[in-house]
Amino acid sequence: MKYVLKKTGLLLVSLLLISVLAFLAFSVIPGDPATKILGTQYTPERAEQLREELGLNRSLVERYLSWLSDFVRGDPGTSYNYFIPVREVLSGKIQVTVALSLISWLIIVLTGLPLGVFMAKEQRPRLGRFGIVSNQVVMAVPPFFMGILLTYFFGLILKLFTPGNFPGFEESLPQTLFYLLFPALAIALPKAAGVAKMLRSSILKEMRLDYVRTAYSRGNSRWDVIKNHVLRNAMLPVITFLAMTMADAVAGSIIVEQVFALPGLGRLLLASIGNRDYPVAQCIVVMIAALVVFMNYLADIISQYVDPRVRLN
Amino acid sequence: MNYMKNANFRAGVAITSFMMIVILIGLFWTPYDPNAMSGSEKFNPPGLSHPFGTDNFGRDIFSRVMQGASATFAIAAATVAIGLAGGLIIGGLTGYYGGWLDDLLMRINDSILAFPAILLALVMVAILGKGRMNIIISLGILFMPSFARIVRTEVAKQKNTDYVRNAKLMGASDIRILCVHIFPNILTVLLSSVAIGFNNAVLAEASMSYLGLGVQPPDPSLGRMLNEAQNFLTRAPWYAISAGIAIILLILGFGLLNEGLSDE
Repeated sequence: MKYVLKKTGLLLVSLLLISVLAFLAFSVIPGDPATKILGTQYTPERAEQLREELGLNRSLVERYLSWLSDFVRGDPGTSYNYFIPVREVLSGKIQVTVALSLISWLIIVLTGLPLGVFMAKEQRPRLGRFGIVSNQVVMAVPPFFMGILLTYFFGLILKLFTPGNFPGFEESLPQTLFYLLFPALAIALPKAAGVAKMLRSSILKEMRLDYVRTAYSRGNSRWDVIKNHVLRNAMLPVITFLAMTMADAVAGSIIVEQVFALPGLGRLLLASIGNRDYPVAQCIVVMIAALVVFMNYLADIISQYVDPRVRLN
Repeated sequence: MNYMKNANFRAGVAITSFMMIVILIGLFWTPYDPNAMSGSEKFNPPGLSHPFGTDNFGRDIFSRVMQGASATFAIAAATVAIGLAGGLIIGGLTGYYGGWLDDLLMRINDSILAFPAILLALVMVAILGKGRMNIIISLGILFMPSFARIVRTEVAKQKNTDYVRNAKLMGASDIRILCVHIFPNILTVLLSSVAIGFNNAVLAEASMSYLGLGVQPPDPSLGRMLNEAQNFLTRAPWYAISAGIAIILLILGFGLLNEGLSDE
């Protein structure tokens, strides 16, 4: 309990730090938003009025505090580009990114773990070697290139989906989820290969310990030893890793959304950085960063739950 | 050279040297001018005159992959150099002196490391603007924490060894002890993190250029090429595949080197 409290406290401090840093990062960017918004309609009086409206005349600290209190209450400000609340700009985009990250995380877990166990148990030298080599190659494929390959084979050759034609959740849920499967695979496959490799080496490390020899001496087969004795222990480091992979899945979606033309947070973030629409960019950065910190927090909590020894460090 | 017994290391050396040779040749000679356009030779499939085919402007893809790989590698090398230099300074000082500054810097370090690099890189690019130089600076700064952490651990380990105490007794200054005595001894440990650094830097550069934030056209970079190639996937799949395979080979080579160096 004490451990959880301590971690929760650290979580709150990190969230606060993120908000300060994200706010500062987008405040130090040179250039006057009012001039940018007005464009050709610029007059000094109008700019002054707009600055007043946007609250840009106040000091940095005042602006930060009012932004933070609005943000916590669910109002992250007004978009410089569309003149509508950031909330409305974001609506519908969050679901896409969250769904994409969740699906890819599930694929990572559902393929990475069995593959790792399989690679550890496989003793036929050729097959084992083939597994290790292809695993290493898949790990080296950048997610966006994996996305391009999947688009090519499944989209353009097999015509299972139309690249760039994202149906959207309101349109048709099953079709949308099916479309999301491919970008999710692009994010997940290289990561799953990493998880498989990690689990394999974790199992092989355990296999050298004394209790494994004892288990063998009691007549267990290699598979029984792995299944009943080794796996539990070998999973410990992997579980923490999997929880942190969730954050990687979110980060991966920033790029992969671009490959599959998905209307998610990542694409919006890139577009708003390109358009200098900083309230939107800032909001997305804070949300993704908060999510990442929260996932790491969960990873800490889970790992101390499955392995209480963690608390001692 | 015990490393040569390690299969990962051998494979890494083979792949990396192959890519280095391609890059080195690409600096001085390419079969065609990488930016020369040719209206009559658009989208030629791979063949004898153009081993990897031609792109939408009739440019020779093989020549562009050679130059693109060297651009990607050059950015990765600059990134790793900045990251390593910063890491040596931060890690060396904090590891050697310890104290509250050490605690504080390492806390900051760890919180930076907890974030996906791509998110931080995007924020940096939003501040600095896009382009080759800015990518090098942002990625270089982002790479400092991981190097700093490794250097710090190693320096803290070496700090209490006899040879360092001896050097101190002989009146060597702290800077001299760090640079002349400790750094050479942690070089082997650093090698594997340099390899993984290259691995990450190639991936990061390729990602940023793919997003259109890194190297600007018409200059080739592997990520940039993939970005362009994606529009012509049906007409010229060889375009994307050649650039992609070059990226994979670079990443794979450095990844294997890292594993070979850290396996032992």
